[in-house]
Amino acid sequence: MALIAVEDLSLTLATARGTATALRGVGFALERGETLGLIGESGSGKSLTALSLMGLLPEGARLSGHIRFDGQELVGLAERDYCRLRGNRIAMIFQEPMTALNPVQPIGRQVAEPLLLHKRLGAASARAEAVRLLDRVGIPNARRRADSYPHQLSGGQRQRVTIAMALACGPDLLIADEPTTALDVTVQRQILELIADLVEERGMALLLISHDLAVIAESVERMLVMYGGSIVESGPTAAIFGRMAHPYTQGLFAARPRLGATRGTRLATIAGAVPELADLPRGCPFAGRCTLTIDACWPAPPPPESVGPGHVARCIRLEKVLAPR
Amino acid sequence: MSELAIFPARAVRHRSFLVGAALTAALIATAGVSLVWTPLSPYVIDVPHKLQLPSAEHWFGTDSLGHDVFSMLMVGAQNSILVGVIAVSIGLGLGTALGAVAAARRGWVEEAVMRLSDFAFAFPAILTAIMLTAVLGPGIVNSILAIGIFNIPIFARVTRGSAKVVWERDFVLASRAAGRGPFGITLAHVLPNILSVVIVQATIQFANAILWEAALSYLGLGTQPPQPSWGRMLNDAQAQLFQAPWLAVFPGLAIMLAVLGLNLLGDGLRDLLDPRLARGR
Repeated sequence: MALIAVEDLSLTLATARGTATALRGVGFALERGETLGLIGESGSGKSLTALSLMGLLPEGARLSGHIRFDGQELVGLAERDYCRLRGNRIAMIFQEPMTALNPVQPIGRQVAEPLLLHKRLGAASARAEAVRLLDRVGIPNARRRADSYPHQLSGGQRQRVTIAMALACGPDLLIADEPTTALDVTVQRQILELIADLVEERGMALLLISHDLAVIAESVERMLVMYGGSIVESGPTAAIFGRMAHPYTQGLFAARPRLGATRGTRLATIAGAVPELADLPRGCPFAGRCTLTIDACWPAPPPPESVGPGHVARCIRLEKVLAPR
Repeated sequence: MSELAIFPARAVRHRSFLVGAALTAALIATAGVSLVWTPLSPYVIDVPHKLQLPSAEHWFGTDSLGHDVFSMLMVGAQNSILVGVIAVSIGLGLGTALGAVAAARRGWVEEAVMRLSDFAFAFPAILTAIMLTAVLGPGIVNSILAIGIFNIPIFARVTRGSAKVVWERDFVLASRAAGRGPFGITLAHVLPNILSVVIVQATIQFANAILWEAALSYLGLGTQPPQPSWGRMLNDAQAQLFQAPWLAVFPGLAIMLAVLGLNLLGDGLRDLLDPRLARGR
């Protein structure tokens, strides 16, 4: 049985313009020790997928479908029971290390917080454990640094602290929501390597969310491509990078900037803009922006089509997309 | 706390904070000294020496019954501090709790707390206090209660407003992701982050409490004789305003300086405790 199995997950949000569908039939599964990447543009529903798993959705959000974590249904789980899972068996690393730490509390105490909550450790042993964790995530001089306040640390160090916080109770599932987006490129690599080491060391499952193809390519075994609240393509990372099946994935790949490109080469873009969630097309979310759009793309969401072993794309024009040119 | 470490260095350069702190310290010192020593007893009636001008023996003169005004003012400071401390504690304790609960629970709880405080605000403060003392009966305990009850919605509002801002911060989300419930988050993250706002409000409400107590005593609803109170001294002075104007000047000055001092202190603390202003100055 998968550690976490998401089936037909749909989410609606109450917005000023009425109800918006933020997630439409999202499904995936993740085993212990597996790494899964989730890639997509801003507004595609990546972060909301993560928050749905954490049960931390904004007010007015309605979730339907199933999230089974170790056999336990999380959709509709009581807040009290959710509190026992969060930080204990499911943990999350946030995008902004600058704001994810309480400015008026020493970092040692913040790392110890989940230990005090879930492991019923005493203050002294929680602190000792927090120092050990800070040391593990590479904070130099951890014993002394545990008394530092967040503003005394650099961005990379703060992200290390939030990682230590997430790891404190030895979670089974680690969700990292754009953990390196706010960091310098040189620090990015160190943080990604740290996360990869820790995932391997502890046999956790990792859900890594990013909009950066390079980050995903290097860090995860399998990946999901998300667009307009749906998963448009999924499969082993190597297979997707080897043979991108969905027109959106291809567009995303073509639009990445490359070093060493000839001077004056214009960056490829995907025509149009991400549709507002409130007025997503009924059918394929990419219809209209896609150059291969035909009438049949509009009425109904495309069914999953197999591209290769474990590699699936939701597009009705695959034969055209994949046809040798 | 690092902010506190640089606090003294910044505080000595903040003029209004220094003046406020000095006046407040003087108020507290006066009340403290009066517990053990006053030049003369403020309770001794000495009719032959009534309505005297300030002199070496009676520094601020004597009132219509021959009480020593300086000694009465000193003992009156105790009264003001007592009322301020208890009334602010009532307001701060209950109001902050209500405001924090409103921000944490949202929904109907928040609506209920806020509509109740709107209801309380609909009546002017002093009117509420007069109403309460009229119902409960005059006296210092009831006037403290009245002022304290009026402080509750003030603290509830300030707390809710600032707490809601903290609730939107990422570290609260991170703490929720770590499995803390709303009560734990309020204690561990929300309250420490709004502490400075509450401290500043407490200082200002302390000043208001002194003012309201004086007003209630002036109206005869607060402190009862023979306990000296600045407000009642003003009331007594009113009858002799033309024969002995100094009787009104000294308690009036005492009230003004105490209120001014606490307000300056509050403003100074607001500047000094604001982390956005803490750096670069």
